[in-house]
Amino acid sequence: MNAREPLPRAEASPVLLRTSGLSKSYRMGEFEVVALDKVDFEARRGEFIVILGPSGSGKSTFLNLIGGLDMASSGEAWFGDTRLTGVREAELTRYRRAHVGFVFQFYNLVPSLTARENVQLVTEISRDPMRPEEALDLVGLAERMDHFPAQLSGGEQQRVAIARAIAKRPELLLCDEPTGALDSRTGVVVLEAIAKVNAELGTTTLVITHNVAIRVIADRVVNFANGGIASIEVNTARQAASTVGW
Amino acid sequence: MQVLHIKLLRELKRLWAQVLAIAMVIAAGVATLIIGIGTYQSLAETRSLYYETNRFADVFATVTRAPRSLLGRIADIEGVLEADARIVQHALADLEGLDEPASALLVSISRRGDIGLNRLHVRNGRLPETGNGFEAAVSEVFAKANGLRGGSRLRLVINGVRRDVTITGIVLAPDYIYAMAPGEIMPNEGSFGVLWVPEPNLAAAYDLDGAFNSVSLKLLPGAPEDAVIEQLDRLLEPYGGQGAYGRARQTSHAFLDSELVQLRAMSQMLPPIFLLVAAFLVNMTLTRLIALEREQIGLLKALGYSSAAIAWHYIEFVLLIALLGLAIGLTFGTWAGNEMALLYARFYSFPILVFSRDPALYAIAALITIGAAVAGAVRAASAAARLPPAVAMRPPSPPRYRRLLDAGTSRLLPRLRQTSVMVIRHLLHWPWRTLGGILGAGSSVAILVGSLWTIGAMEFMIDYTFNQTDRQDATLSFAAPKPGAALYEVGRLPGVLAAEPFRLVGADLSNGHVSRRVGISGRPQGTQLTRLLDAQLQPVSLPDSGLLLSKPLADLLDLGRGEVVVVKLLEGHRKTLQLRVAGVIEGYLGLAAYMDIDALHAIMGESGLISGAAVTIDRAAQDELFALLKASPSLGHVSLRSIALERFRETMAQNLFVMMGTLVGLAGIIAFGIVYNFARISLSEQGREMASLRVLGFRKSEVAGLLLVEIGLVVMIAQPLGWALGYGLAAGMQRGFSSELFSMPLVLGPEVYASSSLVVILSALIAGLVVVRRVDRLDMIAVLKTRE
Repeated sequence: MNAREPLPRAEASPVLLRTSGLSKSYRMGEFEVVALDKVDFEARRGEFIVILGPSGSGKSTFLNLIGGLDMASSGEAWFGDTRLTGVREAELTRYRRAHVGFVFQFYNLVPSLTARENVQLVTEISRDPMRPEEALDLVGLAERMDHFPAQLSGGEQQRVAIARAIAKRPELLLCDEPTGALDSRTGVVVLEAIAKVNAELGTTTLVITHNVAIRVIADRVVNFANGGIASIEVNTARQAASTVGW
Repeated sequence: MQVLHIKLLRELKRLWAQVLAIAMVIAAGVATLIIGIGTYQSLAETRSLYYETNRFADVFATVTRAPRSLLGRIADIEGVLEADARIVQHALADLEGLDEPASALLVSISRRGDIGLNRLHVRNGRLPETGNGFEAAVSEVFAKANGLRGGSRLRLVINGVRRDVTITGIVLAPDYIYAMAPGEIMPNEGSFGVLWVPEPNLAAAYDLDGAFNSVSLKLLPGAPEDAVIEQLDRLLEPYGGQGAYGRARQTSHAFLDSELVQLRAMSQMLPPIFLLVAAFLVNMTLTRLIALEREQIGLLKALGYSSAAIAWHYIEFVLLIALLGLAIGLTFGTWAGNEMALLYARFYSFPILVFSRDPALYAIAALITIGAAVAGAVRAASAAARLPPAVAMRPPSPPRYRRLLDAGTSRLLPRLRQTSVMVIRHLLHWPWRTLGGILGAGSSVAILVGSLWTIGAMEFMIDYTFNQTDRQDATLSFAAPKPGAALYEVGRLPGVLAAEPFRLVGADLSNGHVSRRVGISGRPQGTQLTRLLDAQLQPVSLPDSGLLLSKPLADLLDLGRGEVVVVKLLEGHRKTLQLRVAGVIEGYLGLAAYMDIDALHAIMGESGLISGAAVTIDRAAQDELFALLKASPSLGHVSLRSIALERFRETMAQNLFVMMGTLVGLAGIIAFGIVYNFARISLSEQGREMASLRVLGFRKSEVAGLLLVEIGLVVMIAQPLGWALGYGLAAGMQRGFSSELFSMPLVLGPEVYASSSLVVILSALIAGLVVVRRVDRLDMIAVLKTRE
């Protein structure tokens, strides 16, 4: 992969992810709760998108659907030519396995595996992965790869999680509150790692957060409210992650 | 109800499957205890009541012919409460519908059947009377096997004369609970029975008017048996006394005793295993439950609950499980124990059956069970109680894993997939639990190996006895020894293909204080039908002089090759002499001693007498032969191999194999209980990681594989351990089973290990698959949103 510097606009790239009328509702007792209401959305290859919104705005539900973790109630979602709605669970597993990298708020590392082994866990089941060492190097953890999660700080654990997510060279990187459990300084380091991956690998990146400060590092900011997209802002000038603070 | 109790009941309900699995293991332990000890107690009490009611004698002796007047002197021996004399004789029987010849033991009864010792219990009909022709009462098993009832007639060859005998009733006797024909190794109800005949009839038939040839004594409580036997022997010696003996060597009693000993051996071995496993399961489950409820414990403490209250809360949880297991185990055990006692009582033809309901047994069962469960819980419960509330309300620090090998060393080993590394590290992170799981699964393998081996051992014994050593089709035993020429007569009988003679002489063999009565079997050199084999099943040739002893006899007398045994002959001149032990040979049934037939003749001071012959028979001429044998007055007894074999298998099937099905079931319960709980806890601990793996794109089967591989490793490592433990258990049982009548070879073929492992692996697989279904329900979304 070529490093692409400075940050280019992704407007010209083809659409990677597309939803139309994507909805999700749950039954809670006698009530029907609409968590996501007819969302139309597009993400282009290489785009860095921050999704903002308060709790209950539907942003996590949206991420779960486009990540293939949940089934939509109605509407469609497409990953390239692959349909993500109305398919069997095994297809969604295949989709996650081949195309999606996840980063979670609480890292979700396997405590019994070292940093390197946590990355290997994924490279072992991927077709064309990078070497685990390469992925860890990319997030600046080459020195600590033989440490177990319990021996790493929160920020380091999150960077291992990023390395694990990107080691299979996914087209889509989904990060759900990646800095939610971290202090500002550590959070910035993590954001830098995510931005670096986006820049160097061209991975389409969606970061979900309620932390408004992060908006400045995105190509586009999608604001969720009441189960739908309330507004979309385009950043004409993306800022480097190192400039963010909260 | 206290709130904590409500919480307790809800926990039990939520964890019902694990609770039930543990309760079933507890129940299995309790049930084996109740079935085994309960049945043993029932039978022992029944036997003792039967003996008491029917006045079973304490000392027995056989003589050639002693005058009735001697009985008074016998009764005067110090320590004798009562003496009873009888006439006992063997006769051939001709039964309708039975092709082969049968034989009967004729036992005299006094005019009134309700006096004296070894009294009869009349099942139906009446006791025989003198003067109504030749009447007899018959033993129940023989009557049942041959369809005899009151009024039935059968023909006996009594002292060479054919007589028609009318059956007047069916009876039971305490001294013939087991009745075995001479030379037989197992009771053969079809072709050997006991008939009770009025004494005058028998005395007349055998020319024993005013005389007897069998005497029984009842001793005063606490009277020294050995001293009485010594005096009795002295009194009987001039009349051809063959040496008196106590109950321990009375065939029927000894046989029954050996079976009760087997039953007790079985029931003492197993319950501890079940209860240990149960304690481990309790510990494992409770430790995990407490880990999950850590924050709740902190909260309860913060609210003001005392440490003791918290600890007691978890102990109560365990007590409820133990009580559930106890209830299931006691109910099932009592029911099955009754069924078992009934089965045995029917088999032994006890006239009565006492169901033992020893409260002490139930109390002990309850105490050990609760003790085992609480012991398993104490550590976990006290750990919960010790947690300071502030610490408890914080999540526990993440588990610290470590490498077992440094990176350099591990690079030398074959590279494992990370999922395999996860499994191995998880198992090693909880070494005691893993070890417990291995021991638990191993113990179920051990229980199976320790019980299933008996099937193979039986087959080995059957093969050894009927194919390797005693290869004849039938054994003819003459009523009295005959000159060697009688062998040619036997050889000329229709259908007899080959005949080999034998001489059987009763003798007391002793070394120091230990003495046993056996028949010394004299055989010609190089016999083909009856062979003697060593432990490697290689034929052993008879020494020119000296004795060969069967291993059980040699062990009992503590004699080895080259040592000297004191032999007191019970026939002829009744000499006492010292003989060299020329060798020890294998032998599982009864105690046996062998000599060269000529050497035996020499020490007996007789020339060429034989006691009978082993024969092979041409099947085509079999009926003709049997007809002739039935009519042959000089023939004492015929024992047929095919019948002996059939009976042997039947007896074993009834007494031993009934337990096998039960044990397979119980071992299955253990294996299931262990694996199910192990897997549930593993899933509970790793559920978050497993859900994360699903998010990362691992298939359900791959994630389920983690759990199955973990269980698989535990179960596989448990196999060799289980085999070794099982071998030990089998050896223990073999020792427990061994009696003077019967010892089992400790042979464990690969099929024993294989089938034991198969049962356990199958139960484990079922348990594993039940748990693995839960992998399908892992919540991928929740796992992203929650901290552990």
